[in-house]
Amino acid sequence: MRLFTNCGALIGKELRTEYRSRELLTTTIVFILIVIVLFSFTFDPTSDESRRFAPGLLWLAFLFAASLMLQPCFLREQHNDTLSALRLSVSDPFAIFLAKLVANTLFLLLTELILLPLFAIMYNVAVVPVLHWLVLVFFLASLGISIAGTALSAISAQARMRELLLPLLMLPLLTPILVASTEVTKSLFDRAPYVQWKGVGFLAVFDLVFLTALWLFGEYLLEE
Amino acid sequence: MRKNVLAAAAVFVLLGAAAYGSFFIAPTDAKQGLIYRILFLHVSSAWTGLTSFFICFIANLLYVWRRQPKWDWLGVSAAEIGLAFTSVVLVTGPIWAHPVWGIWWTWSPRLTSTFVLWLLYVVYLVLRTLVEEPDRRALLSALFGIFAFIDVPLVFGSIRWWRDQHPQPVVMGEPGSGLDPVMFRVLFFSWFAMLALMTLLLWQRYRLAAMRSDLDTMQQEMEAR
Amino acid sequence: MTPLAFSPAGLRFENIEKRYGRLLALRRVSLVIAPGECVVIAGRNGSGKTTLLRVAARLVRPSRGALSFSSVSGDGKEAVRPGFVAHATMVYDELTAEENLLLFARLLGVVQAQTRVEVLLHEVGLWERRASLVRTFSRGMRQRVAIARALLHEPAILLLDEPATGLDPQGVAWLAEALRGLRDSGRTILMSLHGESEISSLGTRAVRLDAGSIAADTRTGATFRSILTFADA
Repeated sequence: MRLFTNCGALIGKELRTEYRSRELLTTTIVFILIVIVLFSFTFDPTSDESRRFAPGLLWLAFLFAASLMLQPCFLREQHNDTLSALRLSVSDPFAIFLAKLVANTLFLLLTELILLPLFAIMYNVAVVPVLHWLVLVFFLASLGISIAGTALSAISAQARMRELLLPLLMLPLLTPILVASTEVTKSLFDRAPYVQWKGVGFLAVFDLVFLTALWLFGEYLLEE
Repeated sequence: MRKNVLAAAAVFVLLGAAAYGSFFIAPTDAKQGLIYRILFLHVSSAWTGLTSFFICFIANLLYVWRRQPKWDWLGVSAAEIGLAFTSVVLVTGPIWAHPVWGIWWTWSPRLTSTFVLWLLYVVYLVLRTLVEEPDRRALLSALFGIFAFIDVPLVFGSIRWWRDQHPQPVVMGEPGSGLDPVMFRVLFFSWFAMLALMTLLLWQRYRLAAMRSDLDTMQQEMEAR
Repeated sequence: MTPLAFSPAGLRFENIEKRYGRLLALRRVSLVIAPGECVVIAGRNGSGKTTLLRVAARLVRPSRGALSFSSVSGDGKEAVRPGFVAHATMVYDELTAEENLLLFARLLGVVQAQTRVEVLLHEVGLWERRASLVRTFSRGMRQRVAIARALLHEPAILLLDEPATGLDPQGVAWLAEALRGLRDSGRTILMSLHGESEISSLGTRAVRLDAGSIAADTRTGATFRSILTFADA
C-alpha cells in the first residue's frame, strides 16, 4: 500500500541524512557515556550494589539521551519548510510519523547496543547469557520511547523553549517504560536470570496504545 | 449571583457533613487512632482529582473534534482543579505517614502514581504557557492532554506491579488494606462531597475562562475600529 | 500535438476565513478561478497572500469557509493536488538534487519516478548538478529544484508564493519563460507577487488583497496596472 511505500522512502531519507552527518548517533552515544560515568560516582561499585542500581541507571541514561536525541526530529523539518513538502506529497500524514519513529527506534537501539558492552564491563554485569532477552527489552522499550517521543517532538517544535520542553513532556509520560524496563532488566542481570513476562507485556501494551493514539491523532499534530 | 451563593452554600453543607462523618461516624481504627481519618480526605481527593482529569480528557477530545473554544476552557479548568485535588493527596500523604511510620514519604503505589500524575498535568499547564497563539495552544495542549490521560492507567498499572515486587509502607486505603463497611460509606460520601466541590470550582473557573475570552474579543473589536 | 498529461482544473474559495489568535489573516475571501487562468495576487506584506496560497495548497486549515477544486474531466477519480512553490525551497539541503526529486516523486506515487526525475532535471537545467548536495546551490538553482519538485506529479494547478524573490535578472527571465510554458500548456496558475515585473505580465487576471480581503479584481473592472502598482496608492 501507498502508506508503506511512502514510509519506506521516508525511512530511507532519515537514514541517509543521519549517515551523512552522523551527528545524532555520535552525540547521543557520548552523552550516555558521560551519564554512565557520572552515575558511577554516586554509589559503591561492588558487584551487588551494581546489580541493584545498574539497570535503573542504564534506563535513566537512555531516557535522558532520547529526550535530547529526539529534539531535532521535527525541528530540522522546519529548515527550508520541508515538513510542508512532506505534507503535500504523502498520501497519509501517518507515514511521516511512522517513518520517523522507525528511524528513531533504530537509532536508539543502535546506541543502546553499542553501549551495552561498555556498560557490562564498567558495572560488572553478565550480559552475554541473556543477550537475546536484553535485545528484546531494548527493542520494545526503544519503540515505546520513539513512538511517544516522536509525537511529543512534533508538539515541542511548535512551542517556545523547545529544548527544555521536550524532556518535560517526555519524561513523566515515559514513566511506565522506565519502571517496566528497569524491572525486567534487573531480573535479567540477577545471579539466576529470569524473564519477567509481565514487564515485557507492559512494554508491548504501551507501544500498542501509543502507536494507536499516534495513528488517530497524528495529522492534528502537523496542522497549521 | 443568587445561584452562586446557593451552590456554594450547598457544597459547604456537604463538606461539613463529610467532615462530621469522618470524625464522628466512622469507627476508630484499632492501630492508628485519630490520624487514620485523614484517609477520607486523602482518598476522596485522589478519586476527585482523577475525575477532574477525566473531564479534561473528554474536553480535549471534543476540542480536537469540534474546535470550539469552550472545550478548551473546560479542559484547562479541569486540569487546574484536578491538579489542586491531586496536590491535596500529595500533602495529606506525608501528614498521615509521619505519625504512623515515622517517615515523611512512602513510595506506596497511590502516592507514587499520584506524583507522576501531578507532574503530567503540571507539564500540561507549562506547555500552555509556552504557546502564544490561542488556537494553536488549545490544539497542542488538547493533544498532549489526550496522550497524558491514556498514559494514566499505564502509569498506575506499572507502578502497582513494581510495588508488588518491592513492598513499601502502605497508606491506609491502598488496595490490600481492609476497610470497615461503615468506613466505606463515609468514604463514598466524602467523595460525593468532593465531587460537589469540584463541580462548583469547575463552573467558576470555566466562567472565568469564558469571560477572559469575551474580554479579548471585545478588545479586538475596539482595536479594529 | 501530445495530449495533456493532466486534466485542467479550477479552484473555488468560499468565504474563507483564517484567524491566528487576534489576527484575522483572511476575511471571508470568496474567489473562483477557472481552469487555465493565470492569476496574479498582489498585495502588501501581511495582506494575506501567503495564507491564501497555503489554504489553496491545503497546508493551512481555514477557520471558516471551504476550498474546492473542479476538474474539467469531472471523473473525480484523482484528487487534485496542486504543485506549490513557496518562499522556502522545501527541499533537503543534505540530499542531492536527484535524491530530493526521487524522494518526492516516490512519495507522490509518480509512475516511473526515475524517468520523470531525469526529464525534469533536464528541463530545469540541473542535469549537470544532479549529484550535488542542494546545500551547495545558489538561490536561483534552489528555486529551480523547487519548481521541479512542484511539477513532479504534473499538477493541473500551480501555486507560487513570490517565486522571484532572491533571483537575479537571469533567474527571473528563466522563471518567466518556464511559467509561460506552463501557462500555455493549460495549467491553472495562482501566484503572489509584490509588484510589476516580467512575471506579472504573464497573468491573465489580477486580484489585490488588502488586510485579508479582496480589494480589487480585474474581472470586476479594475485594471491590471492599478492592482499591481497599489504600493503608491
